[in-house]
Amino acid sequence: MPDYSWPAPEKRRVIGRRTNRIDGFVKASGRAKYAYDIKRPGMLYAAVVVCPYAHARIRSIDTSAAEKMKGVAAVHVFDGSAPGTEVLWAGWEIAAVAAETEELARDAARAVKVEYEVLPHFVNEADLSKAKAAGRVKPAGEKVTGDPDQAFKEADVVSEGVYGCPVICHLTWEAHGQVIEWKGDQIEYWPTTQAVSSIGNELAKALGVPPANVHVMQDHMGVGYGSKFSPDRWGIACAKLSKQTGRPVKLFLPRDVEQMIAGNRPSHYARIRLAAKKDGTIIGWESESWSTGGMTGGGAPPIPYVFTNIPNQRLNHTAVQVNAAPQRAWRAPNHPQASYLTCCAMDDLAHKLGMDPLELFKKNADYTARPDVYRWQLDKAAELIGWKKLWHPRGDKTPGPIKRGLGIGVGTWGGAGHLSNCRCNIYPDGTVEVELGSQDLGTGTRTVIAMVAAETLGLPVGAIRVKIGDNRYPFSGTSGGSTTVGGVSSSTRKATMNALEKLFERVAPKLGVKPEELEAVNGQIQVKGDPKKAMAWKAACKLLGTEKISEMGQNDPKNPMGLTTGGVGGVQMADVSVDTETGIIRINRLVVVQDCGLVINPKTAESQCYGAAHLSICAALYEERIMDDITGRMLNPDIEFYKVAGNPDIGEIIVHLDIRPEHDKRGVIGLGEPPVIPGIAAIANAVTNAIGVRVPYVPMTPDRVLAALERRSA
Amino acid sequence: MQAFAYASPTTLKEALALLADRWGVADILAGGTDLLNLLKDHIHTPQRVINIKGIKELGGIRKTDSGLRIGALVTVSELLASPEVRAEYPALIQAAEGIKSVQIRNMGTIGGDLCQRPHCWYFRQGFGLLAMKDGRSLVREGDNRYHAIFGNQGPACFVSASSFGPPLVALNARVKLVSAKGERELPVEKFFVTPQSESEREIALRPDEILTEILVPPAANVRNATYEVRQRETLDWPLVTASVALTMKGTAVASARVVLGHVAPTPWRATEAEKVLAGKGLSAAVIQKAAEAAVTGATPLSRNAYKVQLVRAAVRRALEAARPKA
Repeated sequence: MPDYSWPAPEKRRVIGRRTNRIDGFVKASGRAKYAYDIKRPGMLYAAVVVCPYAHARIRSIDTSAAEKMKGVAAVHVFDGSAPGTEVLWAGWEIAAVAAETEELARDAARAVKVEYEVLPHFVNEADLSKAKAAGRVKPAGEKVTGDPDQAFKEADVVSEGVYGCPVICHLTWEAHGQVIEWKGDQIEYWPTTQAVSSIGNELAKALGVPPANVHVMQDHMGVGYGSKFSPDRWGIACAKLSKQTGRPVKLFLPRDVEQMIAGNRPSHYARIRLAAKKDGTIIGWESESWSTGGMTGGGAPPIPYVFTNIPNQRLNHTAVQVNAAPQRAWRAPNHPQASYLTCCAMDDLAHKLGMDPLELFKKNADYTARPDVYRWQLDKAAELIGWKKLWHPRGDKTPGPIKRGLGIGVGTWGGAGHLSNCRCNIYPDGTVEVELGSQDLGTGTRTVIAMVAAETLGLPVGAIRVKIGDNRYPFSGTSGGSTTVGGVSSSTRKATMNALEKLFERVAPKLGVKPEELEAVNGQIQVKGDPKKAMAWKAACKLLGTEKISEMGQNDPKNPMGLTTGGVGGVQMADVSVDTETGIIRINRLVVVQDCGLVINPKTAESQCYGAAHLSICAALYEERIMDDITGRMLNPDIEFYKVAGNPDIGEIIVHLDIRPEHDKRGVIGLGEPPVIPGIAAIANAVTNAIGVRVPYVPMTPDRVLAALERRSA
Repeated sequence: MQAFAYASPTTLKEALALLADRWGVADILAGGTDLLNLLKDHIHTPQRVINIKGIKELGGIRKTDSGLRIGALVTVSELLASPEVRAEYPALIQAAEGIKSVQIRNMGTIGGDLCQRPHCWYFRQGFGLLAMKDGRSLVREGDNRYHAIFGNQGPACFVSASSFGPPLVALNARVKLVSAKGERELPVEKFFVTPQSESEREIALRPDEILTEILVPPAANVRNATYEVRQRETLDWPLVTASVALTMKGTAVASARVVLGHVAPTPWRATEAEKVLAGKGLSAAVIQKAAEAAVTGATPLSRNAYKVQLVRAAVRRALEAARPKA
């Protein structure tokens, strides 16, 4: 068996080099085809009918008028939406109409007559007392470790605060949807998904057809953030419309429905008390938290976060049910909220102690799983942001309305590689293919696969044909939990090494050496360390005659053989300016320090950090699902009042990948989620540092900032 | 959107003949940056859509003795590129600069800006301009964070969305409205109205009229400026705007017009602030006093009291921008 381990840093020619995306050109030129771009001959367009009420019972559904409309091919009532059904949130799918054009489909959808018995709803959880009064709470029970009562008695200082972040939506730029063509017993399926290898099996199960009959294809996709694993009810409806009509059907959710039902991240609110000694050592934690993720309520946030070993804890959590669509995994589920709650409480404690929060975070680093890593990263981030020079105790005392401040946030994540299989084909003309049933969410997965193959085979990145996005390729795991890069880089490494070993067997006799004496470097197969005793790649492959080499490689998460592992830390520091006359916050800089093991492509790794920082800025300043108490509707199911940061709003993002040797030797670790965790806390703490008072809830909109300033003056 | 008949006349006369004498029959398409959303959301369901972009006489900016004549079809980009506008009307330029989308600048017209419908989220979700449901005001009892703090004592609580309304009112501009029967002129201030019932509109334009031209008086001696409080630097609605036009006599203000945007169903004259400024020099103390006076009579709703402070800031900053440089 070959030695699969990653080449030593000094021997790497491709891995670790800043490499442009291999699909950058097709994307930038608009040639990349997304599911939304698929147009099949004879394709029908489908539109959905959704319930406008947050809570209702379906009395009747009359599709006859829609069915009679010219150009309408079929009307399908969703499974689970028959008359009598209790609808639990606005946006609930009732029916789908397939027609010759998108416009006709929308008109026909409006012609579907649905009668409802409107029932009482409850949609806002921020005020826990109202949720209790409405009977919408499910306490999770108390969790106690150590003796919190004693700890709070012994404390020199106790600080207390209330913090909260609302439900936000996934807002995937490419909406949820698919094109499906059901011909005979075969289903051609073009979804937008994070799960190329498994989504077809799920669709097959829902439709009662053999999984082997569902062919999934996806070249490119426009993000999922954790909301695109399943075919969903609209995928099943699309397939049924295709079967019913015998024609391909395209069904994508419009933006408003997308915002209402296709993914949201649970809220988290908490009243937190911290007990500490004068020197800053935390000795006790008490929290009462509540959250919602829709009708199922919301799970407890993992607090205290990162500083998990704080002794003497009392945790109470209450899940609140609201009439809104269920939560979905959102990039590092629950972690950004937990980081925000924990780091804000610690920042408030530092203030009460009269201590620099940087010192408090370092002081208590022993409560984390990786104290040395966090201390180093805190110092590194402090150096990059100029903490020593710019930090001041709470409240910027310089004259004028603009106040500047700094703040800290921390995070952690797993990110070990998932189950992934790769096939490497080497053809007699020298062509190399690597095939994986994986997907590139826009993160650069394709490029990473090409780089690993190129490194292993001694070829340029451009010589590798990466074939992903098809469930006929070897099974590769879903892109969730930041598991993709570890999985696909390991399986690609193994498959390409296995294929290379076969090629060595052909070349060795020609060079008069044993196969194990060969290496692949600079486009040739050569005797190790002797570039003169060599055969060019093409000439070597020619020895295959009419055969091809086709070898597999697998990343087995139970035995990753040192190629991938999990567990990372990250620290972010924000530098903000607050206009105290308008309450408007501007990000000056956001410093991102992140470890992620061995980095294959620093360029796309940094891009992940930039993208993540952008999302943190959105959540800290702008994003909020606004629900209307009276109508039960989402008031901003759009991108007009559901606000996100544009380029001028993000300031300067400074990324430092912590790739010290001790991280490099751990192998590849995923980076999709970790950098999205600490930012909200860092920005919230920076705002507090600037204006001298806590803005207790995010997003920190002008009304909230001004209200906090008013409280300070009062 | 509901299917409609489409016409693309090349003369004003042809266009006027296609209009109806009641709302809801015909809609005018200029830049389309608002109308298309209204059609797609079924807020407007006209039988006819009349594209007026092909009517040449509705374009162009001309300087005349009586001031600037701005054609209704002049786009935001054209306005920004106009030396005549830049020379005398910084209040208009600054309002145009607040529209941060290049696409909207290129397509959106000044006439369309004045005629666009409010962006109240209840209105845009189909609850009507006044957003009443079962006798309750959805705005008053619901989420009114972006709604009116002035002029909201009647049934209308939305805010005028117009970017150019406040500076044009401050500059004492007029609009020309033409119908098949004749034409009339109105001060922009009178063009915006507060509807009292669901059947009324928020502008004085009649359904059979087209807004053809905007006439802005000369402003060589009028210091003017607009300040917008916007949460984001990217495309975003202002939370509050203030436009000021100060007719100067030496270094003192002879008369002032202070007009607020996004705070009322119409651009809102802050007459108390105007009184403070009249006859005074623009000292910091006077500016501060005017900013304070601008919020006189504010009646915030349950969630938008923060806008009162934003009015103070916007008025102060607009006045500081308009103040002659020392």
